[in-house]
Amino acid sequence: MSGRVLVGVKRVIDYAVKIRVKPDNSSVVTDGVKHSMNPFCEIAVEEAVKLKEKKLIKEVVAVSCGPQQAQETIRTALAMGADRGIHVQVAGKDYESMGPLQVSKIMAALAKKEDAQLVILGKQAIDDDCNQTGQMTAALLDWPQGTFASEVALEGDKIKVVREIDGGLETIRINTPAVITADLRLNTPRYATLPNIMKAKKKKIANMKPEDLGVDLTSRLEVLRVDEPPQREAGVKVETVEDLVGKLKDAGRV
Amino acid sequence: MLLRKVSQSSALCGAILRIPPVLSGGQRHAGAVVAVQNARLYASQAAEAVLEKPAAVGTEAATKVEKPAVATESKSFAVNLFKGQIQTAQVFPYPSVMNTEQEEFLRELVGPVGKFFEEVNDPAKNDALEKVEDHTMEGLKEMGAFGLQVHPDLGGLGLTNTQYARLVEIVGSHDLGVGITLGAHQSIGFKGILLFGNPAQKEKYLPKLASGETIAAFCLTEPASGSDAASIRSTAVQSPCGKYFTLSGSKIWISNGGLAEIFTVFAKTPMKDPKTGEMKDKISAFIVERSFGGVTHGPPEKKMGIKASNTAEVYFDNVRVPADCLLGELGGGFKVAMNILNNGRFGMAAALSGTMKGVITKAVDHAVNRTQFGNKIHNYGAIQEKIARMILLQYVTESMAYMISGNMDSGATEFQIEAAISKIFASEAAWLVTDECIQVMGGMGFMKDSGVERVMRDLRIFRIFEGTNDILRLFVALNGFQSAGTQLKSLQKALKNPIGNAGMLAGEITKRAKRKAGLGTGLTLQGTVHPELAQSGELTTKAIEQFGGVVEELLIKHGKKIIDEQFVLKRVADSAIDLYAMIVVLSRASRALSQGSPSAQHEKVLCETWCMEAYDRIMHDLKALRSSESRKLFKNLQAISSAVVQNGGVVAPHPLGF
Repeated sequence: MSGRVLVGVKRVIDYAVKIRVKPDNSSVVTDGVKHSMNPFCEIAVEEAVKLKEKKLIKEVVAVSCGPQQAQETIRTALAMGADRGIHVQVAGKDYESMGPLQVSKIMAALAKKEDAQLVILGKQAIDDDCNQTGQMTAALLDWPQGTFASEVALEGDKIKVVREIDGGLETIRINTPAVITADLRLNTPRYATLPNIMKAKKKKIANMKPEDLGVDLTSRLEVLRVDEPPQREAGVKVETVEDLVGKLKDAGRV
Repeated sequence: MLLRKVSQSSALCGAILRIPPVLSGGQRHAGAVVAVQNARLYASQAAEAVLEKPAAVGTEAATKVEKPAVATESKSFAVNLFKGQIQTAQVFPYPSVMNTEQEEFLRELVGPVGKFFEEVNDPAKNDALEKVEDHTMEGLKEMGAFGLQVHPDLGGLGLTNTQYARLVEIVGSHDLGVGITLGAHQSIGFKGILLFGNPAQKEKYLPKLASGETIAAFCLTEPASGSDAASIRSTAVQSPCGKYFTLSGSKIWISNGGLAEIFTVFAKTPMKDPKTGEMKDKISAFIVERSFGGVTHGPPEKKMGIKASNTAEVYFDNVRVPADCLLGELGGGFKVAMNILNNGRFGMAAALSGTMKGVITKAVDHAVNRTQFGNKIHNYGAIQEKIARMILLQYVTESMAYMISGNMDSGATEFQIEAAISKIFASEAAWLVTDECIQVMGGMGFMKDSGVERVMRDLRIFRIFEGTNDILRLFVALNGFQSAGTQLKSLQKALKNPIGNAGMLAGEITKRAKRKAGLGTGLTLQGTVHPELAQSGELTTKAIEQFGGVVEELLIKHGKKIIDEQFVLKRVADSAIDLYAMIVVLSRASRALSQGSPSAQHEKVLCETWCMEAYDRIMHDLKALRSSESRKLFKNLQAISSAVVQNGGVVAPHPLGF
């Protein structure tokens, strides 16, 4: 048991920003746009830090893959209580085409390299909404997975995970090492306070490249087009139920 | 012009000398005003020096000593402005004072602070409860918001003034009530300990203050002492053994007065004059703990705005203050007060530029979405002018705030005129911008739910506290006259020995001749401002030349009596404010153009627009100051006021006769 937890932290466009699609429909505008840590990743960090505070694990390592600015996201994780960071530098074309598969290869390689006992990730990122990285990482490592966790309890070398599933909760017990993905109700992440941000300045962030980990970033996907959601069309008011049913029939909905 | 409208009306009330003591946690602007017991009820120490009053009286003597010899070359733009000179050292290029590490750190802080105010703090609720909600207060403490500038070794964040400004800007854009709670604590409450505390005092008090475990308050204002800060009556008498002082007195309108554990208190101490051996009262500053005993406070005051902040009377009844708690030198309290206030003013400008940004967003959002007469209202000129003016005022204020914080961070010591200007400008600009925001929003803006009426109420006090704008205008003008006076004096000296100083005199004579003829005297901003802003630079240069000339004429005309000419001083200050505004936007827009920033062309238009209108205002005022017409106007104003005062109100009978 290494007592080490690897947490993935993704830098995404801030949830409050109104997303704009680039004129050539290749992707969305990111220049000069406020970015922050993916909210589900914050929950993942919080859970790892809590485990450490309960002395159930020894070290929390925050990992982010991306350009230089990804370090800001790692710094936030460090301010929340992670012990050190690993920045896997991915930029340019590689960054544009990076998806769950590439990230999970990196996470899997790091989990082995760091001899992690647990990998905690957000269940999905709010930018691409893929919801795949945790599952793929577990598959690549051939580790058990506890996805959509709303409760995590370490029990010796096993972990009890309460999962949010359609219509209810499912409780599972899995072996470690394992991959866990955090759902919304797992915890309420703490704020990075200014004194902790200051203290985090002393914490180390290691830099590496995907090649250092032997990871090939080639993407299997091609983005054809990115579009704005269609504008909502104006509705109509109906006077009676009959009217409503009539309209729905006309529209072929009933 | 918008700004003038407001300033004019407020100046009228300011003309009454003993303005009723103003609100605020003792944030009176002491610096500006020094009581001169013999002559007027107020006067600036600057004027004192200029006008060679015989031996200064009582309390203000200390401040005079503190003033550096004026003969030394000042780096301050504003000081030189009054001499009709351009000193660019502090204003060009636009200061950029943070190193990479400081900038990176600040970037990391901005996000979490903004998030806290968006997600945790509820300004409407704080306003309704008339206190900052408990969980918000706790959150702010954990956040580190109570010790932004305390050294990290003592538990603070050790922020520079520029870093501090950037964070209070966020506070200002969300909740001025919280802003005052934080500001009364660290911008004035314990700033004295930061600036003047000895190592033992710092170590004893700062860690708990930085964590928010104890709250601080600044106690200067008294029932009979508002703008005239030197007239305080609280006393601190040293015990015969010298080990303690007995402090008595009552202080009013103290921000955080009901919450604070640590007070910076100003009181008169009887002291023996080392020269004459006479006993005189001098102001001293003390750190007073509530736990000393004898410290009590009144109920929270009911106020128009900044309701979330606590304001209360604080009473000191024979409080035994250990001699260790003397802050600064015995008798040096006035200097302490002045420096605290002087060092905090940029923060107000920063906070209010954030406030303006916030309400501008609301106004623009409304203008973009509201349809009337078949068009979105932002298409109408009436709305466009409002939005443009709001943006101009915000741009100027923001430029001033970071210019001054930058100057302070690079070690400038002479920025008192600039700091006072930024306080005046910011508080009036924010008022106008918020007023126009409500106007753009129409009835919607008047409704509580839009959240702008609260901002309007909160803002009103900013033109009153930490030195009323009226008193600060006098401060700006008189401080400026001081430096101009010194220059004039050396010129007069030279005249006594024309041969030895022939070169200097020749230069000065040509300068005046040229100025009179309306020709340039060789001042230029060419090569300093960006070539695309040459025209604005020229307007500024012209205005400075004329301004310098008028200042000199006024000095020659009025001599030491200039301190009594408030109608004149007010207009001189207005022009100085406009000129400083011109130079800061010239500097900032020049930087944007040189760096080729995406907003460069927009900023160029802002700068040009501001300079055009400011130039006209300045010329209008200067013309008035030179003409005999203005004498008549001032006399009329004075006569109207006297008649009304005599009558106890409106004099003219009702048009209906009853």
